[in-house]
Amino acid sequence: MDPECSQLLPALCAVLADPRQPMADDTCLEKLLDWFKTITEAGSSLLLLQENPCLVELLCHMLKPQDLSSRVLSFSLRLTGVFAAQEDCFQYLQGELLPRLFGEAGPLGGAAWTAPTVRSGWIQGLRSLARHPSALHFLADCGAVDTIFSLQGDSSLFVASAAGQLLVHILGLSMQGPADGPPSLQAGDWPACAKKIVGHIEESLRSTATPQITQALNVLTTTFGHCHDPWTRVLWVRLSPLVAGLLEKDPVPAAHSLVDLLLSVARSPGLSSSSCGLWETLAQTLSRLSPTQAGPLALGILKLQDCPQALRAQAFAVLLQPLACVLKATAQAPGASGVLDGTVGDFATVDTLLPSKAACVGLLCRTLAHLELLLPLPQRPCPWPQAPLLGAAVTLLQLCQGSASPTSDTGHHLCALLLGCVRVQRAALDFLGTLSQGTGPPELVTEVFAVLLEYLRSPDSSPTVLKKAFQATFRWLLSSPKTPGCWDLDPQALLFLRELLPVLQKRLCSPCWEVRDSGLEFLTQMTGRWGGQAGFRHALLASEVPKLTEQLLRDPESYVRASAVAATGQLSSQGLCISPASPEHPGGQQKSPLSELLHILSTDSEGFPRRAAMHVFTQWLRDSHADVVGDTEEFVAGVLQVASQDLDWEVRAQGLELALVFLEQTLGQPGSPCPYAVTPPVVAPACPLAQALQPLCRVRLFEFAFRALFDCDRPVAQKSCDLLLFLRAKMASSSSPQEARSSPDVASVEAALQRWQAGDQAQPLGDLEPEVVLAVLKSMDLEGLRGALAESSDHVEKSPQSLLQDMLATVGILGENEADCY
Amino acid sequence: LKLCKYCLSGHPTLPCNVLKFKSTTIMLDCGLDMTSTLNFLPLPLVQRYELKECSGHVFVDSVPEFCLPETELIDLSTVDVILISNYHCMMALPYITEHTGFTGTVYATEPTVQIGRLLMEELVNFIERVPKAQSASLWKNKDIQRLLPSPLKDAVEVSTWRRCYTMQEVNSALSKIQLVGYSQKIELFGAVQVTPLSSGYALGSSNWIIQSHYEKVSYVSGSSLLTTHPQPMDQASLKNSDVLILTGLTQIPTANPDGMVGEFCSNLALTVRNGGNVLVPCYPSGVIYDLLECLYQYIDSAGLSNIPFYFISPVANSSLEFSQIFAEWLCHNKQTKVYLPEPPFPHAELIQTNKLKHYPSLHGDFSSDFRQPCVVFTGHPSLRFGDVVHFMELWGKSSLNTVIFTEPDFSYLEALAPYQPLAMKCIYCPIDTRLNFIQVSKLLKEVQPLHVVCPEQYTQPPPAQSHRMDLMVDCRGPRSSPCLSSVSPTETPVCFQLADALVPMEIKPGISLATVSAVLHTKDNKHVLQPPPRPAQPTGGKKRKRASDDIPDCKVLKPLLSGSIPVEQFVQTLEKHGFSDIKVEDTAKGHIVLLQEAETLIQIEEDSTHIICDNDEMLRVRLRDLVLKFLQKF
Repeated sequence: MDPECSQLLPALCAVLADPRQPMADDTCLEKLLDWFKTITEAGSSLLLLQENPCLVELLCHMLKPQDLSSRVLSFSLRLTGVFAAQEDCFQYLQGELLPRLFGEAGPLGGAAWTAPTVRSGWIQGLRSLARHPSALHFLADCGAVDTIFSLQGDSSLFVASAAGQLLVHILGLSMQGPADGPPSLQAGDWPACAKKIVGHIEESLRSTATPQITQALNVLTTTFGHCHDPWTRVLWVRLSPLVAGLLEKDPVPAAHSLVDLLLSVARSPGLSSSSCGLWETLAQTLSRLSPTQAGPLALGILKLQDCPQALRAQAFAVLLQPLACVLKATAQAPGASGVLDGTVGDFATVDTLLPSKAACVGLLCRTLAHLELLLPLPQRPCPWPQAPLLGAAVTLLQLCQGSASPTSDTGHHLCALLLGCVRVQRAALDFLGTLSQGTGPPELVTEVFAVLLEYLRSPDSSPTVLKKAFQATFRWLLSSPKTPGCWDLDPQALLFLRELLPVLQKRLCSPCWEVRDSGLEFLTQMTGRWGGQAGFRHALLASEVPKLTEQLLRDPESYVRASAVAATGQLSSQGLCISPASPEHPGGQQKSPLSELLHILSTDSEGFPRRAAMHVFTQWLRDSHADVVGDTEEFVAGVLQVASQDLDWEVRAQGLELALVFLEQTLGQPGSPCPYAVTPPVVAPACPLAQALQPLCRVRLFEFAFRALFDCDRPVAQKSCDLLLFLRAKMASSSSPQEARSSPDVASVEAALQRWQAGDQAQPLGDLEPEVVLAVLKSMDLEGLRGALAESSDHVEKSPQSLLQDMLATVGILGENEADCY
Repeated sequence: LKLCKYCLSGHPTLPCNVLKFKSTTIMLDCGLDMTSTLNFLPLPLVQRYELKECSGHVFVDSVPEFCLPETELIDLSTVDVILISNYHCMMALPYITEHTGFTGTVYATEPTVQIGRLLMEELVNFIERVPKAQSASLWKNKDIQRLLPSPLKDAVEVSTWRRCYTMQEVNSALSKIQLVGYSQKIELFGAVQVTPLSSGYALGSSNWIIQSHYEKVSYVSGSSLLTTHPQPMDQASLKNSDVLILTGLTQIPTANPDGMVGEFCSNLALTVRNGGNVLVPCYPSGVIYDLLECLYQYIDSAGLSNIPFYFISPVANSSLEFSQIFAEWLCHNKQTKVYLPEPPFPHAELIQTNKLKHYPSLHGDFSSDFRQPCVVFTGHPSLRFGDVVHFMELWGKSSLNTVIFTEPDFSYLEALAPYQPLAMKCIYCPIDTRLNFIQVSKLLKEVQPLHVVCPEQYTQPPPAQSHRMDLMVDCRGPRSSPCLSSVSPTETPVCFQLADALVPMEIKPGISLATVSAVLHTKDNKHVLQPPPRPAQPTGGKKRKRASDDIPDCKVLKPLLSGSIPVEQFVQTLEKHGFSDIKVEDTAKGHIVLLQEAETLIQIEEDSTHIICDNDEMLRVRLRDLVLKFLQKF
């Protein structure tokens, strides 16, 4: 600890001990605790206490009966724990302080105990100090373990959870055993503390009260999740009959916690592969739990790396059960697949599905989400029932839309429950999209496209559902079969596209902005993927979509304008924008996309469209867009000039991105970002660097970059710094014959830059000569600037000393400012 | 509860029902089924043939005729009152009030009457403005009709179809209406009380409560739970109904009004942006107010600020102005605007800024102002008469134009039939804000009527969507027994004066009885019990005889008996009194106690006890007294 802090510490301890000086801000206490943790991790706690007796005084002060704030008391308990984590310091404090703080005589019995923060501090203090065997004896002697047992049922969830974790920690610590090796694996020989805890768990598992069972199960789950020592196997062998006993009860108590425990055991490397009856227990649990409770267990089992095939099959059947019910109720796929024919546990599932809308929707959404998680995993069940699942997803979507024709009473009831249910629609569309990774029988794929079109068309589709429908449609179009060597859409997809485009047209005119927005996003995706293909181009150009997109650049909603900007950029890149003077649009009043977007960049009142315009410009420059290639310098100069005056830092940062692209194109590639990339056919500028910099000077790139270097927004300054550093590296690598001269020009530029750095950016730099730029760059401390920018903004203020000063200042102990008042 | 209901209209959204209840005859609504007009040629195109074929359909070449409510089922001159629930459900009123001998009163709210008048005025105007129109009647001959192609062949009761009424008849019919306000209680002959309640569907639209002292009948017709312009629906007052008559549900249960409004706006914008015109066939009041409000919010965002909106109807001006003055009948939001003061509907601003213009007809100012592309709202939604016919002719040939159907009353395909082939785009966005089946089931759960009476059509899914079991009135649910005989005590006369003299006796907890001798006076369905006049002093034989003619006999009454006879105890008592050899038989109605020795039968039934013995009066009296011990007297 530095001397300045040591000096401040006594005053602070006095403040903390004084009940009349309330600490307004308890984040200070947290910071203080963190600081002490860092100090004790680096050095001896004992030494720290001896050098700063005020700390022990503070802790002793807590023992006096008084009206202390619960925050300070909690803090002191945790601080004591931090100190006592080291065994020598523990011995030092053990005499009087520790028993009185953590034992019966401490806050435990007092009024302060009613505050959850004190109970939490007590637990955390013990958690910190329980690091060594001496601590175990102490815990046993002061009867803390019994208190922890009771705190498992605390009214505060934080306290209860921390108590459970502390038990796990103590159990683990006691099983590490003394220095002479781990304890015997015979449970009878376990240390007293471990025996006590295990005994408590056994008792709880036998209890009839669900909360107690839950607590025991949670402790076990954490234990098996964190500790994989051999003794955990002994523990499981001893407790598994009790756990299995829970399955005999009806209903199974604490089912969620039970599932967590079983999965935790199954994942534990020491336990799963052994023959401790785990697989049988899992199989039994799967069959005993209700479909809603069994779903997470089934998913967990299927995610396990190694588990018996029969159990996996059972788990998968459980997971598929609700969808099997749906298929059966609508008799869509009579026995199409062995897994989805819906024979096992059918009634239980139907019972769960039908009583209420909430139960039905919840179960279906969870099932779909579980299957969606499972699909991309390497250990997903094989064979994967792609066709029945596709059928189920389509049927669910039809049920929600009222277009399914159920054949049974269950089906009619399901239809009534699911009709217009947005949650199920969203989940089913997501799932359908994920299923696009696989194939399906052609007639089912036709049905998929039909149901997607139905959703896109329906006036009742909510905006979020519509967005998902667009996403799923894109994924299915991506996966539609391709003719080898041809990237165009296949004929069926093209037919679909012809039906889709009128729908998209209408959606682009929707009164709801979210719909217009997702329509434009979909268009951008589609154009990006198929914009170069004849079939797509033909269909798109025959529709009103490009024209509507152009009109949406003037939408009142800024998000829509931003999406329209992106879509226009994409359309224009592919030459799909309506040309200003085409014969279909006589008059030619429309401006070119470039001038439209420049107009948005310079005039739009919202940031999103301007940012989108900058992205499009950067992309155009990268792709050598036809409108840009014509006069690249004029384009870059124009964009940079507008961007430099933008109030949105993201626009300015994107301007630097554009500048970098221009720089790279002018000077040749930077150090190739990808080592495997085909060497670009870059002709390194044969001309001297200064000459190569001419175009950069002409577009005033340097003025833009220097201005950005002193930007008040750090990301912009950092980006500019990187750009200039890149340029300087380029400069060093090219053997430039010109030496930087110190000329009056250089001096005046440097002077101007200093003024800019000081905040006065009124004066422009004027026309810069490449030589001057090079000289200025060379003389600047860009590395230093980068280092300063990399520091977080509060690095100056974030010292322990300032923390102590702040804390003292809030209570007015540091009287420096008093003189100013009088 | 005794109640007779006659249904005079097969159209559940244009109801005409007659309710006989407590000796009053009440007609509930008189909707006019105008779908019959779809069989006729559009009016200005009528020439002088009897029938004309048009793109494979045969139409009657004549002035359109309407299908009236059934007039034969009951004598409409006996109808005491007509209750109107909304302005769409009164279009048959002149036919009922003017030609059936009807002498009663019609009750309706003020906006209903005013806007109903506008609708009738528009209808009469549309039809009368084409003077050369003639009537065709030969086709109605049954022998000819059955030779005609469908749908003419299948049209029923064509002989009862009638031409439109005249303005005179309208005025005369409307003069019979008495205005009422929400929650106002109206006494009908002292027998029942009727009360209109807000139904949330249209300006001034109402549901009706018809109640006597002990029974309550609710008439729910054309109600809406959506937040549109009218005052919200009053659901609470419908609670505790014995009978709830449910009509006027949405005609398009699968179309959600919100989605349809979005669809309407999207299609409108799409057409106009492509340089096309939009035609919206509509009624001059109702949904059009909501559409204009949506467009008011939408046109700027869709970049349509320069597109003119035209509203053409002989009553356009009145309709737009009326809507602004019925503040008390509007939803809360619109009511508060009035105090700002601002016009409650934003169409006022559209008119001020010249974005919405209205004209009585195509002729005159409109022809000089007309600019394209534009949006035109005009009637009639059947496309058979009104200015809409002209626009269909004008714009039908270009695929740039669109006709958007928003009124759900007519099948758009049938409406378009005489205009085929048609190049213009047709969009069907029916906006029907009336209750859908999900809302009905919630309403019924909330209101808990003992019985629900509804048109047959609502008890099964629509024929085109027979799998949609959700598209019907769900009569399951936790309501109490559906049988009619459960509650409803008969009416107890009201007692005065006599009350002091009564000596009630509690026969079981909570129920007391007393005998009373009185004279019952009944007038205007009010019943009053009065003390009987004292018998006149016997002054002479003749006089006494006369007095007994006038005054009912007031004999001294025998005590009344009540209670039931517990058979086992009765048998024990008999045994105590020396009867032996007793046998008890159970019968369907009670028991028979056989005294075999005495050859005597005691028949004990729920409401009577007979002692049958052979000429042994002593025995009979003895047994009678034993029986009486178990009964209470008063």
